[in-house]
Amino acid sequence: MIAFILRRLIQSVLVMLAVALIAFSMFSFIGDPVNSMLPENASTEERQALREQLGLDQPVTVQFTRFVTGAVQGEFGISYRNKRPVSEMIAERLPATLELVLAAAVFALLLGVPMGIYAALHPRGILSNLLNVISLIGISVPTFVTGILLILVFSVWLNWLPSFGRGETVQIGWWSTGFLTVSGLKSLVLPAVMLGLFQVTLIMRLVRAEMMEVLRSDFVRFARARGLTNRAVNFGHALGNTLMPVITIVGLQLGSMIAFAIITETVFQWPGMGLLFIQAVSFADIPVMSAYLVLVALVFVAINMIVDLLYFAIDPRLSVQA
Amino acid sequence: MTSSNTPLLSVRDLSICFDTRHGPLRAVDGITFDLAPGEILGMVGESGAGKSLTGTAITGLLERPGRIDRGEIRFEGQRIDTLSAEEMRRLRGRRIGAIFQDPLTSLNPLMTVGQQLIQTIRTHLRLDPGAARKRAIDFLAEVGIPAPEARIDQYPHQFSGGMRQRVVIALALCAEPSLVIADEPTTALDVSIQAQILDLLKRMCRDHGAAVILVTHDMGVIAETADRVAVMYSGRVVEIGPVEKVVRDPRHPYTLGLMQSIPRVGSGVQRLTQIDGAMPRLTDLPPGCAFHPRCPRAFAECRATRPAPLPVEGGHVACHLYQGEPA
Repeated sequence: MIAFILRRLIQSVLVMLAVALIAFSMFSFIGDPVNSMLPENASTEERQALREQLGLDQPVTVQFTRFVTGAVQGEFGISYRNKRPVSEMIAERLPATLELVLAAAVFALLLGVPMGIYAALHPRGILSNLLNVISLIGISVPTFVTGILLILVFSVWLNWLPSFGRGETVQIGWWSTGFLTVSGLKSLVLPAVMLGLFQVTLIMRLVRAEMMEVLRSDFVRFARARGLTNRAVNFGHALGNTLMPVITIVGLQLGSMIAFAIITETVFQWPGMGLLFIQAVSFADIPVMSAYLVLVALVFVAINMIVDLLYFAIDPRLSVQA
Repeated sequence: MTSSNTPLLSVRDLSICFDTRHGPLRAVDGITFDLAPGEILGMVGESGAGKSLTGTAITGLLERPGRIDRGEIRFEGQRIDTLSAEEMRRLRGRRIGAIFQDPLTSLNPLMTVGQQLIQTIRTHLRLDPGAARKRAIDFLAEVGIPAPEARIDQYPHQFSGGMRQRVVIALALCAEPSLVIADEPTTALDVSIQAQILDLLKRMCRDHGAAVILVTHDMGVIAETADRVAVMYSGRVVEIGPVEKVVRDPRHPYTLGLMQSIPRVGSGVQRLTQIDGAMPRLTDLPPGCAFHPRCPRAFAECRATRPAPLPVEGGHVACHLYQGEPA
């Protein structure tokens, strides 16, 4: 198992290096930052000074090494637009995005898994068919449409929930949380629902399909033939075997939720990393963009790693070398 | 059957049909047989003859769209085909055990062998965890698992195929059922292990006083193991009787065909006789006897009317050839 973890770690480092190379190459392909940072009438000396300050006068290999060593320490340079360290800006925005994704994921799991189990156990039920149809709608309507509809219904018509922003936040160390204030929680509801809705339907359909498959398997039939209670068969024997593929997909989806939070954050003006990224794109703020790219890749790699380790916890066939 | 006491299991005119888009299809059609306590009844036939389905119906595990549409099943004198799902569940494992074909897929890969045994034992018997574990270890020892105290905490993948089938037998018998339905228990196993598992199954059922319905397509397995044999064809029992009688002196042309297709060492026969053709599909069963298109001795009557089971020495045969004979 230790060998496996080591192998995965090495693979992860290679992936991250490749991503770093792409992130780094953005600097040389998207225009000269010096032009956009200095006023048009800046002198050649001023340009040269800034160039040296940013390290742009060095050879490419040196620049890349410096980029990687900086990235490892969490340093991504200075934002072209805000003239502030990128790491600081991301640290400010990171809690908002992570809290949003966490809330959306919990919402999706709490709703999707039980719905999937129900639909698998009652494949011919009216409610199951209804859930199936609704999930089909949920899976095919673009998220920004659902987001805008949510705002229309709950903010504009009913006036129950705020339509933008994060509400009041409480500072715990460098982490700003919206979980501890009423307005923070209220603001979280609509964006979390919008971000999680697609995942609900995806998880429901996945759990349903996997569980129906497992319910047909020999060991479930044999468990029934031994007279075990329905509860023991469905939840003791079938559900555990359903979870393996579900965990894989949920893990991958967690990564894509962080990435796709961009759309939700734009619709709800949520002050997270996604919004930061969108603003960075419109100003060609390359340090911010490359930092975001590296960070999202890191999250993906880390989640994949955790999913692989979860397999060991769930499936005894992997942990024991018989 | 000459047994005077009440049969353990009594199946009367059992029919199982599947509701399909093109109307109901009858997969098992009016089968009748009895099973005495402790007896081993072999059920033999080609794939699709309805033998497994009969076993499934007895355990009450028929799944839709399949259903029993006629007849009755009595177990220890009580009618069981009309029981509620919960009553039937209490019967399963406790009074009627089951063994499936493939030991590699019959066990839950995520639970230890012990967990599965203890769960089954405690579902049916009022034992505390310690006593249930003790009983599980005893059963593992009885089915011939070496070092059961250590093996009980291992997962199915740590057992070989033969060992897993031993565990399956322990699971089927751990609540002392009086009937075990073994559906092709050795088909998925290595030939060298098949005999061992059959011996074990026979010994375990004898020691625990359980009767067995042994479903198989292997006439050799039946001949070695069973007391009586029921030959099924197209959802009907064509011949039933004591195994030595049916094997040595088969009445029905289909049984005869089955017997002739078994290779024998030293018989001097160069080629095995085979039954030409295939079993008819359920969607186009021929009128009369379902076997007549393949039967070498068919005559006009066979194409017209379905033969009723006729009592013959020790059993029944459903064939017009014996219509005139005295029972």
